[in-house]
Amino acid sequence: MLAQTRGILLLTLFLFAQFPLRSQITPEENNTCLKCHSAHSYSIYNEWTEQDQKRLMNPYYILDTMLLKAGVHHTFKCIDCHAYDYSTYPHNGDLKLEPMMTCIDCHGGDETYASYQFERIEEEFQKSIHFEKHSETFTCTKCHSQHYYKPTTRTSTNINEIVEFSNNMCLSCHNSNIDYQLISEETSPKLIEVHSWLPNQNLHFQRVRCIECHTEVHDTLLVSHHILPKAQATKNCIECHSTNSKLQASLYKYRNLVARSEDNNIISNEYYVIGAYRNKTLNYILLLILAGTLSGIIFHIACRTFRKK
Amino acid sequence: MTKEERIYLFPLWLRIWHGINALGILILIITGISMQYSTAGFVILDFKTTIKLHNIAGIIVSIIYLMFFVGNIVSSNGFFYHFRIKGTSNRMLKQVKYYLCCFFKIEKPPYPVSEKRKFNPLQKFSYIGVMYFIVPFVIASGMALLFPEIIIEEIYSVSGIMLTAVLHGIAGFIIFIFLIVHIYIASIGESPMKNFKSMITGWH
Repeated sequence: MLAQTRGILLLTLFLFAQFPLRSQITPEENNTCLKCHSAHSYSIYNEWTEQDQKRLMNPYYILDTMLLKAGVHHTFKCIDCHAYDYSTYPHNGDLKLEPMMTCIDCHGGDETYASYQFERIEEEFQKSIHFEKHSETFTCTKCHSQHYYKPTTRTSTNINEIVEFSNNMCLSCHNSNIDYQLISEETSPKLIEVHSWLPNQNLHFQRVRCIECHTEVHDTLLVSHHILPKAQATKNCIECHSTNSKLQASLYKYRNLVARSEDNNIISNEYYVIGAYRNKTLNYILLLILAGTLSGIIFHIACRTFRKK
Repeated sequence: MTKEERIYLFPLWLRIWHGINALGILILIITGISMQYSTAGFVILDFKTTIKLHNIAGIIVSIIYLMFFVGNIVSSNGFFYHFRIKGTSNRMLKQVKYYLCCFFKIEKPPYPVSEKRKFNPLQKFSYIGVMYFIVPFVIASGMALLFPEIIIEEIYSVSGIMLTAVLHGIAGFIIFIFLIVHIYIASIGESPMKNFKSMITGWH
């Protein structure tokens, strides 16, 4: 009996050793990379001066290990995506120019994530102004950090969080004098000035995703990647502020979100958009009161006419 | 009524307030309906212009409301709004009966206008309700919607902005109904235009 129990225990241990819970494990090899790439400084042996030197790390190459661990790609080894040659140190300077992996390189034809429609996203992106201006050099990583990526739009139940997450992607360049220079000849994005026509600018920025007006919206794709040229962006208030609001075709109506909402009425729960929110029952009650008032007056007028005769 | 019997009922400040207020309220009702009920295929008024007009008219009506409020405290006009609770329902019923029945029999009104009585009981009740409850509420909720960041984010899982906007809309609707009845009742004086003229000249 004891031998039997021991056997089962050993078998269990063996199975766990063979098939660890992959989602909970960050590869140990990554620690070697993160030793330098999560710190602000690193040490290097300078062959010219024949001395050990401590230098500051390029801030763009410093990773936040907490965000990395929370991201969906945390189970991958660094060299799964970066060149194998990075495993030697000091790194070869030419490696900086290696073409980076894009989403479609791994997720193209990926049955596991078929619902994400990566191929369609790729097609949409290729129609976008970003692709038109910068072609292949505008990689997914310009907006989506593969290191920290979380599918917030799919998993979050809080619209404010989704809006903030989405807008931060755009703002990382379009509200940054430094990063904007990567995509434009101009030095400043002038975000506020460009949107000066928009009433309640702050509220719109906080509550509405940039892509709501700046993309061609399809209600069959969770996030539209067809970013339109500036001149084609929505500037017509009524497109959102009406019962057949454009907003309902995108973020708020998407079945994924609707399914997560308890009473299937996300707009009335968290959001109010002038014109887009109309309570039918209330409308009927108000209309009835109005009709009653007008009928009363018409009746009174009729009686007055009768009195005069 | 001879010239000697005429009563100076509406002082100049009140007529100015009433005129501006009437125009403002009309603009607010039209633009309010337009904002709430326009669709992509049926635009009542241009949305951007509507918002601007609604905001400007709202601010003007709010400011001149203060004129009305202060005017009623410092002048004798406030006296007409004093209310005696005892017997109110009876007095109001008497007036309702007059409007629905006695009026057609060409009977004398139970509460005729005099220097001491500008409003009949029904008017007094509705004016107090609208001017001291509904209008202040519509002003407060409108101001909150003008600065939406001051509104509480969520009230029992319902958006604070939505709740404010819906209540603002309902209050606006009550004012709309009041306006319709107010204009109609004004037309049932001795002659249909008499009360409107009074509101311009001040003499009843």
